[in-house]
Amino acid sequence: MVRMRGVTKAFGENVVLRELDMDVAPGEKVVIIGPSGSGKTTILRVAMTLERPDSGTVEIDGRHLYHQEKNGQLVTATEKHIRSVRSDVSMVFQHFNLFPHMTALENVTLAPIKVLGKSNEEAQEQAIRLLDSVGLGDKTGHRPSELSGGQKQRVAIARSLAIDPKVMCFDEVTSALDPELVGEVLGVLRKLAEEGEMTMMLVTHEMGFASEIADRVVMFDHGKILEDGPPSQIFKQPEHDRTRAFLQAVLQH
Amino acid sequence: MNQVTDRPVWNWDVVWEHLPAIWDGMVVIIQATLAGITMAMILGLFLALGRRSERRWLSWPFAAFIDFIRSTPLLIQLFFVFFALPDMGIVLGARTSLILGLGVHYAAYASEAYRAGINAVEKGQWEAATALNLSTGTTWQKVILPQAIPKVIPALGNFLVAMIKDAPLGQSIGVAGVLFVARSIGSQTFQYVETMTIAGVLFLAVSVPAALFVQFLERKYGYEAA
Amino acid sequence: MPDLILSGSNYARLMEGLVVTLQVLAGSVALGTLLSLFFGIGRLSNRAWVRRGSSVYVEFARGASAIILLFWMFFALPILFGIRGWSPMTAGILALGLNMGAYGAEIVRGAVLSVPKGQTEASIALNLTNTQRLRHVVLPQAVPVILPPYGNLMIEVMKGTSLVSLITLSDLAFEVQKLRVNAVVIAESATTPMLYLNVLAIYFVLAFVIDRLFKVAEHRVAARFGVKPPRAARAGRPTTGVGITG
Repeated sequence: MVRMRGVTKAFGENVVLRELDMDVAPGEKVVIIGPSGSGKTTILRVAMTLERPDSGTVEIDGRHLYHQEKNGQLVTATEKHIRSVRSDVSMVFQHFNLFPHMTALENVTLAPIKVLGKSNEEAQEQAIRLLDSVGLGDKTGHRPSELSGGQKQRVAIARSLAIDPKVMCFDEVTSALDPELVGEVLGVLRKLAEEGEMTMMLVTHEMGFASEIADRVVMFDHGKILEDGPPSQIFKQPEHDRTRAFLQAVLQH
Repeated sequence: MNQVTDRPVWNWDVVWEHLPAIWDGMVVIIQATLAGITMAMILGLFLALGRRSERRWLSWPFAAFIDFIRSTPLLIQLFFVFFALPDMGIVLGARTSLILGLGVHYAAYASEAYRAGINAVEKGQWEAATALNLSTGTTWQKVILPQAIPKVIPALGNFLVAMIKDAPLGQSIGVAGVLFVARSIGSQTFQYVETMTIAGVLFLAVSVPAALFVQFLERKYGYEAA
Repeated sequence: MPDLILSGSNYARLMEGLVVTLQVLAGSVALGTLLSLFFGIGRLSNRAWVRRGSSVYVEFARGASAIILLFWMFFALPILFGIRGWSPMTAGILALGLNMGAYGAEIVRGAVLSVPKGQTEASIALNLTNTQRLRHVVLPQAVPVILPPYGNLMIEVMKGTSLVSLITLSDLAFEVQKLRVNAVVIAESATTPMLYLNVLAIYFVLAFVIDRLFKVAEHRVAARFGVKPPRAARAGRPTTGVGITG
């Protein structure tokens, strides 16, 4: 579903991703871990077109995101093309980024109406269904300022689901929440993972949760993938000392 | 009695006789201001968007134009519109010139207010729009502008008040505004004290409520934190 | 092909006008600064009558239109008070200075309020008089906050000086109007648009110079304090229309 080859990204002098290769199969749940600055958030943002890679290719569901094929050659893609491929990817943010001037319902219906061209009724019906499934069926008319952090994040998840993506990126979605609110969001993610079909890429520090739902855990370090394997391997028997040291530091909490 | 001119200091007859004419002049000012602020609001947004462009060849001229307009006197700009444009083939009447001059001058200021309002919208909102694959048009229309405009409104209100105070400059290009009328009556009758004072009082009668209205706007929109 | 540059003699005339403009600017700023300090601090006074009186001045002068004030000063005031030989320069400086003083007073007031209360309390603990406190403790700390908006205000006053051309004072704006109707000028060198563009450019340069001077002053002052100049205040000209744009 997601295929990245040779992705490099630098911010000024700081090289955050180095010639990265990564694959995610359809329906796979991949958890990305690593120290800050290792590039784990950046790789998600590259998939979401929030950062453009300096070099390398990204394919979503077989289609190049940043390139187009022209006469058998790969050329830089037009904005139109990027947008077209991007429609298969969505993202949930650490700081929610809900639209404060809209109700929860409106947050969820905006994109389906404007991007997918659904009718008001269709979009609303879908939105109510989604908000219900994340446990907020009774909060559709509330504004983000009236919701708790956990509720906001659940609305954000519903909002992203509403555009029917094939891949969903989760960028430390519980890191900004008070501890007692983390569980409700993880519950929604767990449910989503169990339903099966969605390809999910998650950056998180919640290792317990990761070992529950992940098909694969990928450890990033200095812009490259250090280790890649099932949770049982990475968490119980990591190959590299760096991984071990990182896990020890994180699990101290 | 005034020693120099040997006349009563204040002549009420003069006041009543000329009040209507001077009030008409005030109406002209109000009309010009309303037209001017409308133009400034629209043109200002356009200038702000142009200045934000990521293409240097586009943003730089906009920035230079805005800076130039804000650094030079409105009076000279009015002269330019009324006296110089005809030489370039654009002939506008006095009132139109005034409105154009006010509109462009304040559009430059308004563009800075718009810029501040737009920049005040959190970066995360842009990212959420990208994550939902919203088009540029939808992003501006539904996400960014609704959050930026409330922050801009108090500033626009201030510009309205400032424009009311600047509109009388039109008298220098022949617009029959409150000052023009007061001055011509004054020059005919030599009753400058009365005419100028009426002009001043009428003016305050309009500008003070306008300023209070702006304070009201500031309170209303200032606290609507997103 | 219209010439971008005017011929030399025209520039000389414009420069004469510029000198007058600068004179008016200097006078207005001097008066305006005095009034700003006086009424800005006055609004913070403990004595109610001083406070209210200052507020009245500030509200009135801010609400007044500079040009109407100017016209009133030039036409009505001399008649009202029976003054002979009332020059447009005096009227201009008075009107612009009064107008500037009101805006400046608000700047001073805001800056003084921004000085931490602890400074006042420390001064009281050291038994300084109110005046000493103001002079040695509060005002010096208020200055860095005053400078950026004050520079912007001065540019607004500079633009406002062009209004005096309407009361027959031979400033830069007046000179350009005279040149415009001078058929010889037009025929020999410049078209009207170029004439005005040149004048606009001169004003622009003036604004630029004032801006730079203030930036230098801000850095000097900040260096004495060991802090950087407040960045927010430097974000450009005041977005609140000052109403003395000319």
